Amino acid sequence: MIEIKNVSKWYGSFQVLTDCSTVIHKGEVVVVCGPSGSGKSTLIKTVNALEPIQKGDVVVNGTSISAPGTDLPKLRSQVGMVFQHFELFPHLSVTENLTIAQIKVLKRSPEEAKTRGLKMLDRVGLIAQKDKFPGQLSGGQQQRVAIARALSMDPIVMLFDEPTSALDPEMVGEVLDVMVRLAEVGMTMMVVTHEMGFAKRVSHRVIFMDHGKIVEDCKKEEFFGDPDARSPRAKDFLSKILNH
Amino acid sequence: MFGLDFSFLNWEVIRAYVASGFIFSIQLTLVAMVGGIALGTVLALMRLSGKKFLEVPATIYVDTLRSIPLVMVIMWFFLIIPFLIGRPIGAELSAIVTFTLFEAAYYSEIMRAGIQSVPKGQVHAGYAVGMNYGQTTRLVVLPQAFRNMLPVLLTQTIILFQDTSLVYAIGAYDLLKGFETVGRNFNRPVETYLVAAVVYFVICFTLSYMVRRLQQRIQIIR
Repeated sequence: MIEIKNVSKWYGSFQVLTDCSTVIHKGEVVVVCGPSGSGKSTLIKTVNALEPIQKGDVVVNGTSISAPGTDLPKLRSQVGMVFQHFELFPHLSVTENLTIAQIKVLKRSPEEAKTRGLKMLDRVGLIAQKDKFPGQLSGGQQQRVAIARALSMDPIVMLFDEPTSALDPEMVGEVLDVMVRLAEVGMTMMVVTHEMGFAKRVSHRVIFMDHGKIVEDCKKEEFFGDPDARSPRAKDFLSKILNH
Repeated sequence: MFGLDFSFLNWEVIRAYVASGFIFSIQLTLVAMVGGIALGTVLALMRLSGKKFLEVPATIYVDTLRSIPLVMVIMWFFLIIPFLIGRPIGAELSAIVTFTLFEAAYYSEIMRAGIQSVPKGQVHAGYAVGMNYGQTTRLVVLPQAFRNMLPVLLTQTIILFQDTSLVYAIGAYDLLKGFETVGRNFNRPVETYLVAAVVYFVICFTLSYMVRRLQQRIQIIR
């Protein structure tokens, strides 16, 4: 579904990604973790070309993001993305947030878009908030609306960029619940997160990054079950976050 | 009081001399505002495009007009146009075009600040749901930029309204010219200029007050 092939990226002379390669299969849930500044958010944003790359290639569902003729908006419309800071459109109501891209990008009729959008809003348990504005919702609710917005586009894969990092602790659960349910119905997901509980419960694979490199890329069972086989850097990271 | 005599001023006189000038001043302000904001937004987008061939001309345009006194632009435009198109276009039309072009430079700086006030994440969110540059700009960035900058845009419009009095330089018949004509006809220039000042003051002060109220309301919404 997603092939990341030898991706390297520089900000000026500073290399943020070094030769990253991995494959995400259909129906797979892959968690990307690692210390801050390790390049995980940058890596996930290369998948839908929000961050341009200088070397390598990413192929999404057979379409290369760096091929000259690629219709990037079309590719992005098939890839759902959830941001750390939600990024709902604050000048639009919840319903409009859910329908605008369906209408303008997928050219669905307003009625069809509304039906689809409200169905997704119901799925994240927020149908009662449909006429409110993002500013009137809590952080957790906003993030659930953001997930519904991405789902309304019928994506073939969902990218999550630290979806719970900006939330108050008591709101993390409601967002993770939505993500767990999504994983259970077979959505292909790439998730940058520090939530190791989520990784243990629903992920299939864990990618560990450090200094812009993919250091570990293994099955969840290996990653959490066999700490002795891990690289020193991953061991250090795991000991820090699992002891609390 | 001070030997001032306002007895000559009545509705008859106002309607005959001032009304058409007042309407023109309002017309000039509104057209220059709408046209200036539209052109200014285009200029702002050009300057923020990151493409040199758009950025450079827009920057030159804005910096040039912001460095020349408005009254000179009004006169030059009025004098040059007949040479360029072969016939005069009249003081009123000339003023409308000049003000639109001139104010665009100021509105563009406001819109530039407004566009930059929209977080980068919003642009990413627009792209992420499949919008192209035009859609993201039109549907995501500009509505927020306008809302953030609405009080400043309106304040600039109040300044624009005051500046419309500069069309005296080319003899266009505006609000001030109307009062001036009354003053000359009745030989009461001191009184009429005084009344003109009060009219400008009342209009601008009321608008400023309304903008302040609007600003407070927008702050609450956010």
